[in-house]
Amino acid sequence: MKHLGKALAVAAFMLATSAQAEIRFGVVNEAYAPYTTKDASGKAIGWEIDLMDAICKELKEQCTIVDVSWDGLIPALESKKIDVIWSSMSITDERKKRIDFTDKYYSALAGMIGAKDGVIGATAEQLKGKTVGIAVSTTQSAYFKKHFAEIATEKSYATVDESFQDLASGRVDYIFADTGPLKELLKTDLGKECCEYKGSVEADDAVLGAGVGGGVRKGDDELREKLNGAIKAVRANGTYAEFSKKYFDYDPY
Amino acid sequence: MDFSWIFEYQDLLLYGAFLTCLLLTISVTLGFALAILLAIAQVGRGSIARWLSKSYCTFFRGTPLLIQLWLIYYGLGSYLPHIPGLRSSFLWPVLREGLFFAALALTLNFAAYQGEILRGAMLAVPKGELEAARAVGMSPWMILRRIWLPRAIRIGLPTFAGEVVLQLKATPIVFSVTVMDLYGAAYKIRQDTLLVYEPLLLVTVFYVSLTFLITQGFQKLENAIPVRR
Repeated sequence: MKHLGKALAVAAFMLATSAQAEIRFGVVNEAYAPYTTKDASGKAIGWEIDLMDAICKELKEQCTIVDVSWDGLIPALESKKIDVIWSSMSITDERKKRIDFTDKYYSALAGMIGAKDGVIGATAEQLKGKTVGIAVSTTQSAYFKKHFAEIATEKSYATVDESFQDLASGRVDYIFADTGPLKELLKTDLGKECCEYKGSVEADDAVLGAGVGGGVRKGDDELREKLNGAIKAVRANGTYAEFSKKYFDYDPY
Repeated sequence: MDFSWIFEYQDLLLYGAFLTCLLLTISVTLGFALAILLAIAQVGRGSIARWLSKSYCTFFRGTPLLIQLWLIYYGLGSYLPHIPGLRSSFLWPVLREGLFFAALALTLNFAAYQGEILRGAMLAVPKGELEAARAVGMSPWMILRRIWLPRAIRIGLPTFAGEVVLQLKATPIVFSVTVMDLYGAAYKIRQDTLLVYEPLLLVTVFYVSLTFLITQGFQKLENAIPVRR
């Protein structure tokens, strides 16, 4: 028992010291291609991971990735299991009540996909009486509540991937999500066969947020400033544009 | 502790509680009916029926409920639209919803567990009682209806209460197929308000209360039908 106690104390000490020497990035463990996803061996890859690597190189810091589920990100940040949320989290007023954000590092564009039927557009007129699949508690869900709740039905999913299965089998008419992952889904065999991009919705920054940023603990200004500086630096020195080319045919900023 | 969200979300919560109770009621009633058939098949003489029933129970008890639910919802459910005419038929509004598939999966699963318990209970009915029934000239069907099944159900009653409670606690997984049950409502509230514990506490109280009601109900039932020992 004595030895166990000692071993635990040593382990706790090691954890405590190693935690100070690095920045822990909280990344969702649900796939969110092209931003964050995992390769066959379980290693995190994607645009946001490339950005993280670039930033850490810029800061000359040791960075580690911590897997957290989407709904656990903010609690994990507050309980100091992670130091920064790095998971396509839009900067919204609601979230700002709980956490601080870095400057934005990309802009999320909300759009819709639906069955191939030639009807293009994502307006109230098209959506009338339709069922729309939305990942629960996303900015799109808030947008839907504000603009479309009266005319169409919302169906909640845990992830965008799951709603895609239901779009293919006709259980929802549209999926409303961030354009990046939607276009990724359309590139799959199933996506090519069944569905098409319908268009983006009218802008509403109040609910859709002012871009995506890294979430940090309230008052952790030192880290926030450091990350802001690094985001600026990788934008300026061309690294940002370079790795973005691998994923997008446009500038995601 | 912040519970100010309750009023804003009360419709969602009430409807969620309704769906949880609905799913529990449907799956327990229909599952129990199916379980009777499964148990009879297993204690009966037909070897094919026995084998079928045994395989059914092994399969449904041997795979996680989540996998069954997803196989039924995403597997079966994605083949349905390819049946010609179904998408424009009157059945489609039902088949389109996750609720139908959730109820189906919960029912099939409950029946498998219940069937095994009922089989054991049927074997536990004293041979003498069945022989006495035969001696007074009852037909096999009448023995089953009047003696064997009622006695078996009474023997299994204390176990059924536990099974129903387990079934209640299995219902939250229906959220994974878009059914906004009570857990689904709590999940949404947690995500919307960024509160971690309060919505979970609220549903905990609900589940515990419902469990209390279920066990009390079964207790009453047990007391109402005393067993002579």
